[in-house]
Amino acid sequence: MNDYVSLTYLDLVFASSFLVLNGALSLWLKLGLERKLAIAAARMIVQLLLVGLLLKSLFAVVSPLLTALVALAMIVLAGREVWARQDRKLTGLWGFSLGTGAMMFSGVTITVIALTTQIQPDPWWTPRFALPLFGMVLGNSMTGISLALDTLNTAATRERPAIEAQLLLGRSKWEAMRPFTRRALRTGFMPIINSMAATGIVSLPGMMTGQILSGVDPSEAVKYQLLVMFLIGGSTGLGVLMAVLGSVYRLTDDRHRLRLDRLTAP
Amino acid sequence: MITVKSLRRSGLGPADFTVADGECLAITGPSGAGKSLLMRAIVDLDPNTGEVSTAQMTRSQTPAPEWRKHVALLPSETGWWLDKVGDHFTNPVETTRRLSLVGLSPDALNWEVTRLSSGERHRLGLLRCLEGQPNVLLLDEPTAALDPETTLKVEDLLRELMADGVTIIIVTHDPDQPVRLGCRTMRIENGQVVA
Repeated sequence: MNDYVSLTYLDLVFASSFLVLNGALSLWLKLGLERKLAIAAARMIVQLLLVGLLLKSLFAVVSPLLTALVALAMIVLAGREVWARQDRKLTGLWGFSLGTGAMMFSGVTITVIALTTQIQPDPWWTPRFALPLFGMVLGNSMTGISLALDTLNTAATRERPAIEAQLLLGRSKWEAMRPFTRRALRTGFMPIINSMAATGIVSLPGMMTGQILSGVDPSEAVKYQLLVMFLIGGSTGLGVLMAVLGSVYRLTDDRHRLRLDRLTAP
Repeated sequence: MITVKSLRRSGLGPADFTVADGECLAITGPSGAGKSLLMRAIVDLDPNTGEVSTAQMTRSQTPAPEWRKHVALLPSETGWWLDKVGDHFTNPVETTRRLSLVGLSPDALNWEVTRLSSGERHRLGLLRCLEGQPNVLLLDEPTAALDPETTLKVEDLLRELMADGVTIIIVTHDPDQPVRLGCRTMRIENGQVVA
């Protein structure tokens, strides 16, 4: 890692000049994007600087309690994001806890197994390994689960006559929901399938690029990337499946009715 | 035979009535009075209270899917979940024989669902409903989208079913239909049975 090139803040200022140019173009062409660009860029700067400081002190302290607290905060924020990205959500506590619970179960299980059996830092919860890994796993599960739940809840509302027609023919709630359950699962899996298929050809994944830039041997970086992709794929799949089945359960009842009254209006 | 006892749900009830084997009950009343709600409540498609029973089964003691095969509802909006009409049927041979009875072409099962007219949807929905050989048939405006001639054909089929002992409850806005089918009528206004 001796050929690692440290960046100065002046380097960053130069790099940001292209973004400033975009803002100027937006003003000139009256696109109305300059405000959004500026706010997003400012948020990114503040959030990343803060997270850098936070991680630096966390890595220095190496406390299991603090690491767990940060992981919990990440789960809650991701859960809120899943909740906010659905047009129609389950009412009450279910709306927040279903997506969050699925993410927590699949993300925590898979990250812990990976840390204890594959990467094996000492101790296994060392924040320098645990938090970035958990963040990547969680971020991808979040995208998959929010897409899947949004698809399922929209389909249940829009396809009500088709679902009820099957119920009326004496089919069970699981059978009647099956075409739409399948559609939701497919949508949830799509981002991870696409990114696995395109990785290395269309794009070099951010984590691998980062490692290569900081001087890691590319074939070592590839091994890490593969590990991470497997973990992401596994946890996204598990989380999407749990969230969708849980939502189907909640959208129907034991008398095999479709319960759209348990969804909020968009 | 079907017996409905103090059936209530939001916007409806209580409703009490009995229809005997091979008999027909016509439900009339203004739009939005709760006729469709009553039909949905009988097949337990929305939360409700009260008891419904037939000579063979009691609703509260029967799993919902089995109850809905025994007491079948044809809703006013029929649902389709596959691309081809025929894929929605479990017994295409028997259904093909019946197509002409309701004025449909023998080729109808090969059609695409998207090109069906609302009248075709209703008649195909009725045939799909009959595949399960229900003892009680609930029909929500089954002939609303049909021309007078086709309506008469569908009514012939319904009379044939009644002769076989099937009990029919039909929601209709056509004042002559109950007379033609020989139905008793029951009027619903504001969610209450008024006559």
